[in-house]
Amino acid sequence: MSSTTAETGARTTGSFGGMQARSEAAINTISRISIRNLDFYYGDLKALKGVSLELPDRQVTGMIGPSGCGKSTLLRVLNRMYSLYPGQRAEGEVIMDGRNIIAPDVDLNELRAKVGMVFQKPTPFPMTIYENIAFGVRLHERLSKAQMDERVEWALSRAAIWDEVKDRLQRSALGLSGGQQQRLCIARTIAVRPEVILFDEPTSALDPISTLKIEELIDELKRDFTICIVTHNMQQAARCADQVAFFYLGELVEVAPAAQLFTAPREQRTQEYITGRFG
Amino acid sequence: MVVLVLLGGIIVTLFVGALPAFQEFGVGFITSTEWDPVEGRERFGGFVAIFGTLISSLLAIIFAVPVAFGIAFFLTELAPLWLRRPVGTAIELLAAIPSIIYGMWGLFVLAPFVQLRIQLTFGDTLASLPLIGFLFDSVSFGGTNLFTASLVLAIMILPFIAATMRDVFEQVPPVYKESAYAVGATRWEVVRSVVLPYTRISVAGGVMLGLGRALGETMAVTFVIGNANRLPQSLFDPTNTIASVIAMEFPESLMGSLQQSALFALGFLLFVLSFLVLALSRWLLRPRLKV
Amino acid sequence: MSAAATALAPAKDLTVARALGRRRRRTDAAIRWLCIAATLVGLFFLASILVTLLWRGLPMLDWLTLTTEFQPTRYGDETLPRGGLSHAIVGSLMQVGLATLIGTPIGLLVGTYLAEYARDSAFGSAVRFVSDVLLSAPSILIGLFIYQLVVLPMGGFSGLAGALALAIIVIPVVVRTTEDMLQLIPNTLREAVIALGAPKWKMILLVCYRAALSGIITGVLLAVARIAGETAPLLLTSFGNNVMSTDLGRAMASLPIAIYQQANSGFPDLIQIAWTGALLVTLGVLAINIAARILLRRRH
Repeated sequence: MSSTTAETGARTTGSFGGMQARSEAAINTISRISIRNLDFYYGDLKALKGVSLELPDRQVTGMIGPSGCGKSTLLRVLNRMYSLYPGQRAEGEVIMDGRNIIAPDVDLNELRAKVGMVFQKPTPFPMTIYENIAFGVRLHERLSKAQMDERVEWALSRAAIWDEVKDRLQRSALGLSGGQQQRLCIARTIAVRPEVILFDEPTSALDPISTLKIEELIDELKRDFTICIVTHNMQQAARCADQVAFFYLGELVEVAPAAQLFTAPREQRTQEYITGRFG
Repeated sequence: MVVLVLLGGIIVTLFVGALPAFQEFGVGFITSTEWDPVEGRERFGGFVAIFGTLISSLLAIIFAVPVAFGIAFFLTELAPLWLRRPVGTAIELLAAIPSIIYGMWGLFVLAPFVQLRIQLTFGDTLASLPLIGFLFDSVSFGGTNLFTASLVLAIMILPFIAATMRDVFEQVPPVYKESAYAVGATRWEVVRSVVLPYTRISVAGGVMLGLGRALGETMAVTFVIGNANRLPQSLFDPTNTIASVIAMEFPESLMGSLQQSALFALGFLLFVLSFLVLALSRWLLRPRLKV
Repeated sequence: MSAAATALAPAKDLTVARALGRRRRRTDAAIRWLCIAATLVGLFFLASILVTLLWRGLPMLDWLTLTTEFQPTRYGDETLPRGGLSHAIVGSLMQVGLATLIGTPIGLLVGTYLAEYARDSAFGSAVRFVSDVLLSAPSILIGLFIYQLVVLPMGGFSGLAGALALAIIVIPVVVRTTEDMLQLIPNTLREAVIALGAPKWKMILLVCYRAALSGIITGVLLAVARIAGETAPLLLTSFGNNVMSTDLGRAMASLPIAIYQQANSGFPDLIQIAWTGALLVTLGVLAINIAARILLRRRH
């Protein structure tokens, strides 16, 4: 299994084009998304204050902080989910592929095809497992039946759920267990072949074993995708993330490689949070 | 309890009133199209009224459902926040207008419009179409006909269907919609692929509620259906519904006459029909009511 | 894992995605405009009805119309006395008032029973079901019911029969709102009262009704608005009357019936009066509805 997935990884790396081999240890210096001086408002309430952050290519950025600190808000800026709601607005720059994605003229459908998202609760659509995966793909690509079959199998395999569902692709996705549903949602996201995947507390509704599977999966997926994960679980951030950003009251307090942030934080507030003194 | 007694009472009285007619005509009462109240040669068959009731209600549903869906979609996904409440209230007020007002408006405003603008302008063109041409080919030219009645009914049930759809659309958890948006779907794709499948049972319940209301609507229909005991051959023919026959003939019928009993029999059938539809609607909307 | 699964299709073809995206956006925009059109259609009907009513009803909306009784058509002869709607207004007020007085307490009791005593029982849900069906049941059938029950034994149409028919329509409306409003009251409030040692009936009477009062009044208002325009059941019960009558034992006029009869009379001057009556009824019904909404909104 692991050798095959490695092969998949190698090929997909090629297909996403032009990236050099990267060192596993150090934080990648090539930035996929640059957030510069971002402010965010819910109506009159300022939820993010002057956040600047680089998301390194094919690395996992973990975002931690107490509830209401703005970490989920930031995630929802990256795929413009906030644009669904009148009264929510962002100011500043979020640069991806040389464009400011929070500019009003950005094609949201195209952006969301490049920046996928996995939610806190598993959200299978009320259709078959196969259709769940094919739904997003059909929006952006014209594929023959055979190509689509191939894509569905590929996505489900990458999400480590193919073996569990290959015999019941035509059954409703609602019959899967919570952990399976979440992996199905991950498969649905990667089937569209995004460049960035956002995870919004993806394991908070799952049992420990399912959580472990998802964490392994995230580790595997970062070969090909730039990943950003919001979590309230510091162990999870330590296990999964290459760099970790700590948010407090709408501000980015500190960002550092995971090992450094959890062992030798520079900021007093980070220190207090990771030692459990608040939040 | 009072309410149960009430319902039971209605069934029993309707049935008792209907008994003489059922005894006299048997099953023929439902299948016969004859309706002759002249004393001495009284014959009563309810088929025209039953058919008229069903067909006008179905047409009304066909007219109303797409519009109601559009309104619900507009109110839940498209409209800016400040517009949602006033527009929603306006649509709900449409439900508050008494049916007699719809009747008058239908008779004096809509019927001439249907007659002059629709039947006159399109009638001949549409009538020459193959297969469906007969629908528009009518010798009557009064403006009060099946089409006008269905249109008025559609406007009347529109707010009920739209309100139900809006309420159930709003109950779809935002995270499901967001996850469809997150793979790059447009609003329409989200509603078609996520919202509608999630709410289809409740939506069907809302449609049934509209159907139940359309079946029993009396005054508005009486004004504009033309009140003729004839099976309609086209959309522009006058016909009858159960409720309109009762409203037209009952006040003028003799107490205890066979005609009155025949009208009771029609009422009984209407009751059974609308009870079934409303019960089905209630049952379909059950999960929503529990919340 | 099969070989097919490991090989990824060629890199995303942006031109295809963009072309598809353009088409999808066009579909989306088309649907959006259709939905806006649908909403405008709905609003247009409301506006059309209101404008027609005002345009045709306002010219005759004067003191004379409100205070005189029915007169036969003048055939265009202006010297003959002009008729009005006072008999119908009085008849409507009496029947609606009486129906509300009869229907409200019954509806209130049933609603209370459902919310406080039979919340999860099978009997309770049966009652709830029947009440909901009655809420949308064809009102003309209620007319037939009362005809058989009251008009036949009494030997003729009567205002009392009309009021009873309307009362039956009031009941399910009040049941529904009463139950809904009582269920909104948090259980902690109930427990707090019971904890003080109050018996259940006292809790309901003194605390729950007070907390749910504005909601219940809303329900009654909505019921009044509903029956004020009801025509079909009255046709079979109070029948209508062309002279002023306050005798509940005899046929009684009402606004909807007067509208119905005069609108179908074929005489332009009577149709004019019918429009004025229609305007009166609609304004009254809409005013009550809006008042009910405001009352309910202020609560939340």
